[in-house]
Amino acid sequence: MIKYIGKRILMLVPVLLGVVLLVFSMMYFSPGNAEDYILGDMATEEDKEAFREEHGLNEPFVIQYINYVKDALRGDLGISYTTKQPVAEEIFKRFPTTFKLALLSTLWSIVIGITIGIISAVRQYSILDNVTRLIAMLGVSIPTFWEGLMLIILFSVQLALLPASGFTTWKHWILPSFTIGTHSAATVMRMMRSSMLEAIRQDYITTAKSKGQTNFVVVTKHALRNAIIPVMTLVGVNFGKLLGGSAITEIVFSIPGLGNLIIDGIKVKNAPLVQGGILVIALAMALCNLLIDVLYAYVDPRIRSQYVKPKVKLAQKSATTEEEK
Amino acid sequence: MSKILEIKDLTIHYVTDDEVVKAVNDISITLEEGESLGLVGETGAGKTTTAMGILGLVPNPPGKIIGGEVIYKGKNLLKLSEAEMRKIRGHEISMIFQDPMTALNPVLTVGDQIMEVIRLHQKVSKAEAMKRAMDMMEMVGIEGGRCNEYPHQFSGGMKQRIVIAIALACNPSLLIADEPTTALDVTIQAQVLDLIDNLKKKFNTSLLLITHDLGVVAEVCDKVAIVYAGRIVEYGNLESIYNNPKHPYTNGLFGSIPDFSKKAHRLNPIRGLMPDPSNLPEGCAFAERCPNATDECRKRQPPVVEVEPGHSVRCLMFEKEGR
Repeated sequence: MIKYIGKRILMLVPVLLGVVLLVFSMMYFSPGNAEDYILGDMATEEDKEAFREEHGLNEPFVIQYINYVKDALRGDLGISYTTKQPVAEEIFKRFPTTFKLALLSTLWSIVIGITIGIISAVRQYSILDNVTRLIAMLGVSIPTFWEGLMLIILFSVQLALLPASGFTTWKHWILPSFTIGTHSAATVMRMMRSSMLEAIRQDYITTAKSKGQTNFVVVTKHALRNAIIPVMTLVGVNFGKLLGGSAITEIVFSIPGLGNLIIDGIKVKNAPLVQGGILVIALAMALCNLLIDVLYAYVDPRIRSQYVKPKVKLAQKSATTEEEK
Repeated sequence: MSKILEIKDLTIHYVTDDEVVKAVNDISITLEEGESLGLVGETGAGKTTTAMGILGLVPNPPGKIIGGEVIYKGKNLLKLSEAEMRKIRGHEISMIFQDPMTALNPVLTVGDQIMEVIRLHQKVSKAEAMKRAMDMMEMVGIEGGRCNEYPHQFSGGMKQRIVIAIALACNPSLLIADEPTTALDVTIQAQVLDLIDNLKKKFNTSLLLITHDLGVVAEVCDKVAIVYAGRIVEYGNLESIYNNPKHPYTNGLFGSIPDFSKKAHRLNPIRGLMPDPSNLPEGCAFAERCPNATDECRKRQPPVVEVEPGHSVRCLMFEKEGR
């Protein structure tokens, strides 16, 4: 297993190099010059020339790229044009906020999506199933910014229960994470439902029932572990996306997160900031995928056996008990 | 011997918006303690649905038990609550499933899966249950130490043995085996049948064997019920049915077994197909394929006629002979 994880981490290197090349080229070839945005209309030609020289913008594309990769390998992602702060520092100042938001949103989507998904699969075509189908459809189609605004109107303006902006106390966390969470809960719910429906039609479910097992245990112990894999993929990918910052929601709730930071960077062609931000997002996404793959192996022994050689260890009849979890 | 199971006029339909599939119609069978009964019929005849009906596991919706009684040791199982049924399933009546490849949960160890049924019905510690699970595995001929392995690490025949171990773990009084050998190759079939037969004798378990293999029935069963389109068309002792088959369908089944002493270029099948269970004819369901069918057969449901003691046939040809 460790060998496999190591291999996967090594495979990250070409992926990240590719991401850097792509983003770097995009920033380089897109129209507009950073010095025009940063220095403003009043700047003289000399000022602009000095700016270009300072940031190495007069070098040819290839040299600039190689210089960037060299620095990046040493952990130096460059200096932000606007704040004159190291980009890495800027990003990691914002990262905890984004991580917290991503985690909370994912928790909402798991709790809401998985429970309702299971219930509506077990009670297929019941009223609850139909109502949640409708809600899921709304959840997917309503844009997050609108949902966010509506929640602000209801909970902050009308009821005055929760703050409308910022991200300092737990009260601030509820609305934005709920906004994003319900949005992804809708897809999780549908995925859980269809995957569960498939699982509860399997023969081993009939076997479990014929043992005299209760329906609750049949669903939670026998069906869920088989049905959860596609849902894990979905949740994992969602979480990875959220680690890149959920720009729109961050703007609605004025949260100082990664998404907000990168958007600001794009506006003024702040290349080091954008490149650094996207690199971090790509890394987060790749690590998330790796984590999901490892979790697969944990959940499904058939996948595990592809990575781990089955240990030929026969249980002893007297000493079996410790082996059981 | 006392009656352990008596099914009276069991009728199970699958009701959907478009159609009603009449899977099981007025099936009646009796099983004595320690006895084996073979339920023989082709695919789709309603054999598995009958078994599920006994265990109360007919998927609902769309399955509905329309009528009849399933009397097990004097109790009508159809009237019991879900909680009472759960105490019977796996404990008193257990089932071996057709396809061992899918009957075991792929993400749980086989030991866990055998232990589950023991822990549900017997108040024992986890360690004790595991020990019993390992004993069960050894009884069906698999090393008990492999209890921490997963189903995919076993071959098909071994998986079927695990399924049998699960079914027998609580010493049930009645074992329902739903085509236990269909998915296995012939050498393993013989082993599995021997195993079931031996365990049955050891624990004096009654057996309801569902199959379409007349050879298997001859080897294991005391009584035979031939099922066609959800109805029992012929019912009796093994000897009376094998030596003196009456119903044209039974004759057709025996006729379609290839005779190795003669060199035949073509097998001798029963012509035609079983009628669509959602659109059963008014009269005898077999009339369309029956060589002796008359107009009357198509109009009227034949009654059950006892042609000799303990041997009954559902066919108009024997109506006058019967008592």
